[in-house]
Amino acid sequence: MSALLEVRGLTVSLAGSGEVVSAVSLDARAGEVHGIVGESGAGKSVLARTLLGLTQQDPRARVTATALTFDGRDMRRAGQRAWRALRGGESALVLQDALQSLDPLRTVQAEVGETLAVRRTPRSERRTRILDALERAGLADAASLLGHRSGELSGGMRQRVLIASAIIGGARLIIADEPTTALDATVAVRVLELLRSLAADGAAVIFITHDLDAVRRIADRVTVLEGGRAVEQGTAHQVLRAPAHPSTRALLAAIPTGPKRETASPGDVVLEAEHLSRRYGSALAVDDASLTLRAGETLGIVGESGSGKSTLARLLIGAERPDEGATARPGDPTVRLVPQDPLGSFDPRHSVRRILDLSRRGAAPTSEELMAKVGLDSALLDRRPARLSGGQRQRVAIARALAADPHVLVLDEPVSALDVTTQAGILDLLGDLQRRSRLAMVFISHDLAVVRRAADRVAVMQAGRIVETGPTERIYASPAQQVTRDLIAASGQR
Amino acid sequence: MRALGVSAFVATGVVLLILVAVSAPALLAPGDPLAVSPTEGFLAPSLAHPFGTDESGRGIYTRIVHGARASAGIGVAATAIGVGLGIVIGFVCGLGPRAVDAALTRVVEVLYALPTLVMALLFVAVIGPGPTSSILAIGLATAPGYARMVRTRVRQVARSDYVAYARHEGVTRTAAFGRHVLPNTLWPLIAMVTLGIGQAIVWVSALSFLGLGAEPPSPEWGSMLNAGRVYLSTAWWMTLFPGLAIIVTAIALTVLGRRLSKGSA
Repeated sequence: MSALLEVRGLTVSLAGSGEVVSAVSLDARAGEVHGIVGESGAGKSVLARTLLGLTQQDPRARVTATALTFDGRDMRRAGQRAWRALRGGESALVLQDALQSLDPLRTVQAEVGETLAVRRTPRSERRTRILDALERAGLADAASLLGHRSGELSGGMRQRVLIASAIIGGARLIIADEPTTALDATVAVRVLELLRSLAADGAAVIFITHDLDAVRRIADRVTVLEGGRAVEQGTAHQVLRAPAHPSTRALLAAIPTGPKRETASPGDVVLEAEHLSRRYGSALAVDDASLTLRAGETLGIVGESGSGKSTLARLLIGAERPDEGATARPGDPTVRLVPQDPLGSFDPRHSVRRILDLSRRGAAPTSEELMAKVGLDSALLDRRPARLSGGQRQRVAIARALAADPHVLVLDEPVSALDVTTQAGILDLLGDLQRRSRLAMVFISHDLAVVRRAADRVAVMQAGRIVETGPTERIYASPAQQVTRDLIAASGQR
Repeated sequence: MRALGVSAFVATGVVLLILVAVSAPALLAPGDPLAVSPTEGFLAPSLAHPFGTDESGRGIYTRIVHGARASAGIGVAATAIGVGLGIVIGFVCGLGPRAVDAALTRVVEVLYALPTLVMALLFVAVIGPGPTSSILAIGLATAPGYARMVRTRVRQVARSDYVAYARHEGVTRTAAFGRHVLPNTLWPLIAMVTLGIGQAIVWVSALSFLGLGAEPPSPEWGSMLNAGRVYLSTAWWMTLFPGLAIIVTAIALTVLGRRLSKGSA
């Protein structure tokens, strides 16, 4: 079968950043999912946008290729009009952040039907086609959704609405750029299955991600990008089982697998929560939660979004008062938070040095020593946080927490926004810190593979309650609750 | 990007020139702005009098340079009053009890709905005309705008994650205010203040033009415009150059203010 999209020697140079994509060749075939993986900054998104003619809109971008063919048509010299026609019908892009891609003031019907409206499809036909697209995108009760706006939908539903608006025009090429990054594991799995089934229906799917586990699940072919070059290419089976290139191997090695490397012998109790409850209006965010944390151990807290994980964290650090119950802190330990969004928790006008200086308590190490501890160059001390990468910000957030010489760290989704290699680095760092200074940690995450790597014990939350708790490996081996089984299945852990 | 750099460069030059005119006018124009010389009345622009002379033979150029202190000075003073009041009201609203915030905000919103010049005229009507009262009037009239801006910003910063984090670390409310809330609120104001001074100079000149601010023979730009208005058909230079001075100053400050607000964003 010949390829729907054929790319040979594609090179893209952008003003200010030079050559971002270098001599990349790939084929997208109908019925196949082609995974493109690489770290952040590898050129994945620019490649995706170039395949849709979006990079070419920038007059200062230079795009060259020895071949760029869509269904037999040469698109190298195609004007914007030709690309627009292609995007409206035969190809479509699904972006990472569905909330930003959807207009908050327009209904699902208007959003999904836009392609049809642009093409002047008769109104009478539109409704049935919209319903059909929503159903194909896996939204069961499509008719009742038509009048809703994006703000009223959950993250997974928004992503499906976005996919529905991509496929309604009968797209034969679907380019999905990190479509699952913002989603819970259980929801992400369903979106992946949807992409797979779209391919099964005859579409060519290009799936861009930094998550090799997702690629393993659905891709037929894989291209590994590094620094804009395709360093390895082949069938998913071949690339993932027997990686030839060192960067592929590094990416694979960075996937969190297996249990925590060394299990600590827990010491004294440092934090004890008894029957905590917290209500927001009539909604019960945390419901009768009890837990104990000992020096030198990590307690993982898992659950889908909205299950009360972050509220529990705020109760534990004392940022909020429980409506019922109490937290005890035997020995008065210093507790520090590593927040979910580190950038927002830094004063934008302070340099890294000032951030660390202001957080220092007692006989804490110097800023230079703190930076060394978290594996950062002390040259970054004079930068503002906005000029750091995601991984660097996370490390600074950890360094700032360490500046108080804490006994307990509460980490709220510390690695969920990072790519696998950065994530692996942070997890190693945390393990190291724990071993050296017997830190107790509460590790909140929706990613069960990460929690398994990081936690000695795990507590599973659902609708504000802790439904199951115990040693990580025992819970993963024999989960007692249905939610736990769902979460484990979704993360590919067994 | 490049175009913006050039215009910001020129604007900075103009503002520096005005600063020199305000602090040491004799450096730019050694003459006396008030010296009457009846034989030299209504002279068109020439080498001796680059911007021409007025009905009493006073050099327009000399008067404009010396008038910078009155016009720009009044503009700055008025803005200082407006910003000062705005900051106080804004912080009280943003951090004070809810009832105080609600009451003050209503008043501020009502005043903000009135056009600035109308409000300034109202104040002049109450406190009487003159340079000092025009400063007060423009200051009071611009305060509601600044107060609204400060209030919004204070609330935004006070609710930010970084203030929450500082409190988590055990930093007291007062220390967090001095360390985070105050600088992060005031810094963005600098750009707004630069824009505001340009506006204030235009309004001050407008009041003088209406005869409610500085009185002739003061070389204030607005009152010079008013004086030249009568001779518009015969001595166009008497209105053109003071008018240009106002426009160029306002534009330079606006360009600079926009550049600053882009830099801080």
